[in-house]
Amino acid sequence: MKVLMLGWEFPPFISGGLGTACYGLTRAMSDIGVEVVFILPRPITSEYTTHVKIASPTTLGKYISKDTYQLPGFENVTFRSIPSMIQPYQDNGEYQESLRQLRQKVSEIEAVMGQYLHEDVAKMVSGIGHYGGNLYEEVQRYARLGALIAQEEEFDLVHAHDWMTYPAGIAISGISGKPLVVHIHSTEFDRSGEHVNQMVYDIERQGLHYASRVIAVSHLTKNIVSSRYGVNPDKVSVVYNAIERPGSFVNAERPAIRSDEKIVLFLGRITMQKGPEYFLAAAKKVLEIMDGVKFVMAGTGDMVQRTIELAAQMGIGHKVLFTGFLQGEDVDKIFRMADLFVMPSVSEPFGLVPLEALRNDVPVIISRQSGVSEVLRHVLKVDFWDINEMANKIVAVLRHPPLQATLREHGNFEVRKLSWKDSALKCKEIYESVLTPVSGAVAGGS
Amino acid sequence: MASVCFYFQVHQPNRLRRYSVFDSDSNYFDDYKNSQICRKVAQKCYLPANRLMLDLIERYQGRFKVAYSITGVLLDQMEEYTPEVVSTFHALAQTGCVEFLNETYYHSLAFLYSRQEFIEQIRLHQKRIQELFGVQPSIFRNTELIYNNDLAHFMRELGYQAILCEGADHILGYRSPNFLYHPPGLKDMKLLLKNYRLSDDIAFRFSNRGWAEWPLTAPKFAQWISKVNGNGNVVNLFMDYETLGEHQWEDTGIFEFLQHLPEEILRHPDNNFMMPSEVVQKYEAVGEFDAPHVISWADIERDLSAWLGNAMQSNALHELYRMEEQVQQTQDARIIADWRRLQSSDHFYYMCTKWFADGDVHKYFNPYDNPYDSYINFMNVMDNLRVRCRQVQLAT
Repeated sequence: MKVLMLGWEFPPFISGGLGTACYGLTRAMSDIGVEVVFILPRPITSEYTTHVKIASPTTLGKYISKDTYQLPGFENVTFRSIPSMIQPYQDNGEYQESLRQLRQKVSEIEAVMGQYLHEDVAKMVSGIGHYGGNLYEEVQRYARLGALIAQEEEFDLVHAHDWMTYPAGIAISGISGKPLVVHIHSTEFDRSGEHVNQMVYDIERQGLHYASRVIAVSHLTKNIVSSRYGVNPDKVSVVYNAIERPGSFVNAERPAIRSDEKIVLFLGRITMQKGPEYFLAAAKKVLEIMDGVKFVMAGTGDMVQRTIELAAQMGIGHKVLFTGFLQGEDVDKIFRMADLFVMPSVSEPFGLVPLEALRNDVPVIISRQSGVSEVLRHVLKVDFWDINEMANKIVAVLRHPPLQATLREHGNFEVRKLSWKDSALKCKEIYESVLTPVSGAVAGGS
Repeated sequence: MASVCFYFQVHQPNRLRRYSVFDSDSNYFDDYKNSQICRKVAQKCYLPANRLMLDLIERYQGRFKVAYSITGVLLDQMEEYTPEVVSTFHALAQTGCVEFLNETYYHSLAFLYSRQEFIEQIRLHQKRIQELFGVQPSIFRNTELIYNNDLAHFMRELGYQAILCEGADHILGYRSPNFLYHPPGLKDMKLLLKNYRLSDDIAFRFSNRGWAEWPLTAPKFAQWISKVNGNGNVVNLFMDYETLGEHQWEDTGIFEFLQHLPEEILRHPDNNFMMPSEVVQKYEAVGEFDAPHVISWADIERDLSAWLGNAMQSNALHELYRMEEQVQQTQDARIIADWRRLQSSDHFYYMCTKWFADGDVHKYFNPYDNPYDSYINFMNVMDNLRVRCRQVQLAT
């Protein structure tokens, strides 16, 4: 069985749940013998490179041809990249800003280097002019390019991850006649609350209805898909995300000297969906009755400024630390320093970070309004708005070592049971059910 | 001769209300919920079961007998919420075919932590039972049949002649629980061992359609009892009273089963029913039952792991009993009563993480979604109790 997957760049080149989920799922698919053609967008340069040197996987993998490569550990996967600026979790404003920055950088490079520009870079650089002026144009352009590439490949079905790839998925499915499975990791309602962007909603809806099957990351998401998008729940399957086996975690260093202060950690995008203001409200309540606690918010996002100001307004500014965006080793370090991890998400389709926390032996408090709360038992659960209860639980964990110890022990054990292999197997089952002639599933929506 | 000895444990704890770290009043218990549950259990179990027992006792004119142990905490609740139940127990006491046993008033694990408190709770229970039913039990059962050799010696000192305990396989070995045994070094103390197979057939497997022996009818069960003849003296059927109507709902036929059971058992002339003290009088101990480590009737392990299986439980228990001196010194009746009500083993049972993933009949009355919430709740309450003690201390 061969599947054409429309996915996203893996960590560490991109961060966030979508990249991590694609990484875990694709790797597991490869392990169980499903062949994958993995199409992904790659910008010419990302905000994480600081030089003209382009971060590319040549250091990791091997190029078969221009834009086509393989990676170690992904034996059954061929990667094909499309030059495009789209990134997950972006809105139109952010896209246009990135595009503007890119164009500026490129013209700076051109101004300096002129005709000495390396041939490949020159080609890539000249391609920028073709990028869509806004996010929706770019998504459609991506669809066209995706369809072109797909014509060079053979596959049995198409699997698209999140709305930006849906038009591509529909295009490829239409042209090839192969069925489309869409995977929904987050909905516009999760990201924007009630003030959804109509254009994004329309694209999501179109993809969900066109597809032969929908894969949701939790029952929470499945419910949103059927109630808000009018999709028949029989068409929606739930496949939970999982977590990678820890690598050399066993040898991880613990900081030699721990401060006396307890650290309560918030790690994730600082945006409405993640409930940062509830975190602060609970923090304030905790600080009213407890000393020696610091609250750390690790991450960045559209609400960072507001959140910093809010902390100051509440009078707890000196007890709340903002680290900015963390990646790689820094994430591990902060987990090791934390006494407790809190995820007060307002609406979290799944939530991979709690799994990482548990794997790092950090006890976890999560909101009930999250997909991952369907899967975990040895965590403390609370309604995101119930700041009294949240504070109650935070204080309890910080004050009672036996509670911390028991949560840590059982949580770590529990997270080992979640593996991407199970998710991949479920996806494979779904593929098989879509492809069986009896059900007569063909491209063209249902 | 197979003597069937029925013993029913009757208990409901005082459940705690939701108590967060921000609460500061001294009402710890969820009176509303406790009253609801008490009334519900009375309707579904205590009243119909007591009526049935009275009926059977009368019908068989003294040949049908049962034994009960009712905890003080339940008696308190029944007096307040369902006094009619107390009067049916009183009626049972009058028949002369019903025996009452002693246990700790608060259904606690005090034996493991404070002998002084343990004795005190037994005295309180003795007093209550004497007041209500006019009897002085000579037979003891510890909370959840928690038992070891030490307990036997201790109870002997207090004047008891026999103790109920679990017929644990790892101690019995090839031997049968259908005989009386004595603890090592105490030849005149007798132990009644629960026949857990036959007891659990009624208490747990009765309504399980997947069970090979379903449906369990009175004639079938009587046959199993009769088989003991020649192989044993007594069949000790020990279980929670809530089996009749709560754990096993009325529509499983549990009441009909019990209704026909005496007839079927007494059909065989060698069978009879006995109260524990009659068993003790009639039969001799056939050997030694050596329990150096603590056993109980809980779960498969039959040990303390249901209440002391994880760090939260042991921490909570330890801290609770550490407060003993402080609490007693306040000489405040309310504080002491609250402290005692916190000792009920159920509170720690709720913190058990053993069965958490699987779901169990034991979750039936569990007011918490998960064991961590129960620990947090309990510790918050204890913190407040500590504050109250300190306030009294500072005032004097």
